[in-house]
Amino acid sequence: MSLLQEKTEAVVRLENVSKSYGDLLALDRVSLSVRQGEFVCLLGASGCGKSTLLSLVAGLDAITGGALDIGGRKVSLMFQEAALFPWLSVRGNVELPLRLQGVSRAERRKRADELLDIVRLRGFGDKRPHELSGGMRQRVALARALAQNADILLMDEPFGALDAMTRDILHDELERIWREQQLTVLFVTHNVREAVRLGDRVILLSSRPGRVIEDYPITHERPRRIDSPEVSGQAAEITDRLRAEVARHAQ
Amino acid sequence: MPSNLPPAVEAPVQRTPDKREANEVAGLDALELGPKQVRPNPGKRIWKSTWPKLAAIAIVLLVWQIVVWSEWKPIYVLPSPETVFTDLGNVITTGDFWNGVRVTMTRAFTGFLLAVVIGTVIGALVSQFAPLRAAIGSLITGLQTMPSIMWFPLAILLFQLSESAILFVVILGAAPSVANGLISGIDYVPRTWLRVGQVLGMRGFAKYRHLILPASLPSFISGLKQGWAFSWRSLMAGELLVIVPGALSIGVRMQQARDLSDSSLVICYIIVVLIIGIMIDVLFNAADNALRKRWGLV
Repeated sequence: MSLLQEKTEAVVRLENVSKSYGDLLALDRVSLSVRQGEFVCLLGASGCGKSTLLSLVAGLDAITGGALDIGGRKVSLMFQEAALFPWLSVRGNVELPLRLQGVSRAERRKRADELLDIVRLRGFGDKRPHELSGGMRQRVALARALAQNADILLMDEPFGALDAMTRDILHDELERIWREQQLTVLFVTHNVREAVRLGDRVILLSSRPGRVIEDYPITHERPRRIDSPEVSGQAAEITDRLRAEVARHAQ
Repeated sequence: MPSNLPPAVEAPVQRTPDKREANEVAGLDALELGPKQVRPNPGKRIWKSTWPKLAAIAIVLLVWQIVVWSEWKPIYVLPSPETVFTDLGNVITTGDFWNGVRVTMTRAFTGFLLAVVIGTVIGALVSQFAPLRAAIGSLITGLQTMPSIMWFPLAILLFQLSESAILFVVILGAAPSVANGLISGIDYVPRTWLRVGQVLGMRGFAKYRHLILPASLPSFISGLKQGWAFSWRSLMAGELLVIVPGALSIGVRMQQARDLSDSSLVICYIIVVLIIGIMIDVLFNAADNALRKRWGLV
C-alpha cells in the first residue's frame, strides 16, 4: 500500500487525547492519525487502553482531555464476540443497520445479499446465527459492520476467540475486503504477528497509562503471510520492544 | 493455510489466488459445520415421549383401583376409576358441560389477557424508571407470593358476587408474574448486545423495537407461563367461592356435585381442570421450545 502511504487525507486525528476513569488514567496524551484507506493496528499488552481508545473514536465514551477529530465521519465497530442477534436470521442481522437507516425492504435485501457475498456467505442468509461456526459468525458481524456504510471500521480483537487456522484464513479475507472495499481500518490486537500481518502501520502502546511509544511502518508487499520471514522478523523486533515494556511493570 | 506450498508450486495449477482463497473459506466452513444430523422419524419420536406418560397414567389408575379394592373408604365416597370414567364420558357429552367450560375459559382468557396488558405496562414502566422500581419493585414480588384466595373477601366486598370480583383476583394473581418476567428480561439483556445497539445508533423507540423487546422475549414468555398458572389457580378458587347467579361454570358444577355428595362427579371435574391446565401448559412449552430452538439455546 505504498501509494496510500503517501498523502491521503487523515480521517481520524487524535491530539494529546487523555482518558481517565476517576483517578485511573487509562490513556495519556495519545496522538495519532489514520489516513483514508489506511490499515492501522494498535498493539499493546493488557491495560494499555486499546479498547478504551476505540470506544472514544466510536463515540461510545467521552474524552477527558485533548482533541479527537473524525470530521463527522461515520464509524462502525466490531468486537471479539460476533454479538449477532439470535432472533434474526443471518440476513436479518446484516439488514438491521439498513433497516435503522430506513432503507426499503427490497433494497436492503439486495444489499444484504451483496454483503453476504463479499464475506463469502452467500446461501447462508436464511440460517440462524447459532447454526454457524465462530469464524462464520464473525464474518456476518463484518458484513453487518459494512452495512453501516461507515467511513471508518474499528475492530476490537475481532479474531481473538478463533482458532489459528480460522484466524489465518480470516486475515486473508479481511485484507481482501479492505482492499476491494477501500476501507479505513483501526484494528486493536495484542497479537504482534497479526498486527504485522495486517497493518500498514503498527502503533505500539505502553500500559498503565496507555501512551504511544512506537509507530512502526510496515512496508512488506501484500498479500502477506503470517509465517513469512519478513513478517516474522519484524514481529520479533516489535515483540522485544513490547516485552521490555511489560517488564517495566515488574516493580 | 493448510500447507506451506511456496508460490512456485502453485503457479502451474493456474488457479487465481482468489479462487484458492474462496475454496479455503468454503472448505473451512463446511468442516466446521459438520455433517448433517439425521433426525429420527416422527413416529418414533412421538412414541418416545408418549409412552412414559401413558405408563404414569396406568400406574396412577392401578394404585387408585387397588385402594378401592382394599375398601379403605366406602365405594360411594371413593368410587372406582371405572365409575368415574363412565360418569366423565356421560358428562362431557352434554351441551351443558361445554357451556360450563365456555364460561370458565372465557373468564380465564379475559382475566389472563387483562393481566398481560397490565403486567406488561407496569413491567415496562418499572424497568424504565429507577424511582418507580425502588418504590414498587419489591411490592410486585410480594404480590406474586401472596395466595390469591386471600383477596376474595376484599374482592367480594368491593365487587359483590360478580364477574368483576373474580377478574380482580385473577388479574392480581397473574399480572405480577408477567411484570416480573418482563423486568428481568430487560435487566438481563447482555451487555454486548447493548453495545451493538449503541454502535448501530439505536435510540429511543428503535432501541426497544429492535433490541430490548426481542432480547427479553424468553424471560417474558416464562413470565406469561407462570402468570397463566397463577391466574388459573385464582380462577378455580374464585369459582368455588364467588358463585355468580346464572353462570354455571366448572367450579360451580363441582360445588353442586359436592353438595349432592357425588364424589364421582367431583373427581370428574378435577380431571377436567387438570386436563385443561395440562393442555395450556403444553401450548406454552411449545412456544418456549420453538423460541429456544430458533435462538440455539437447546
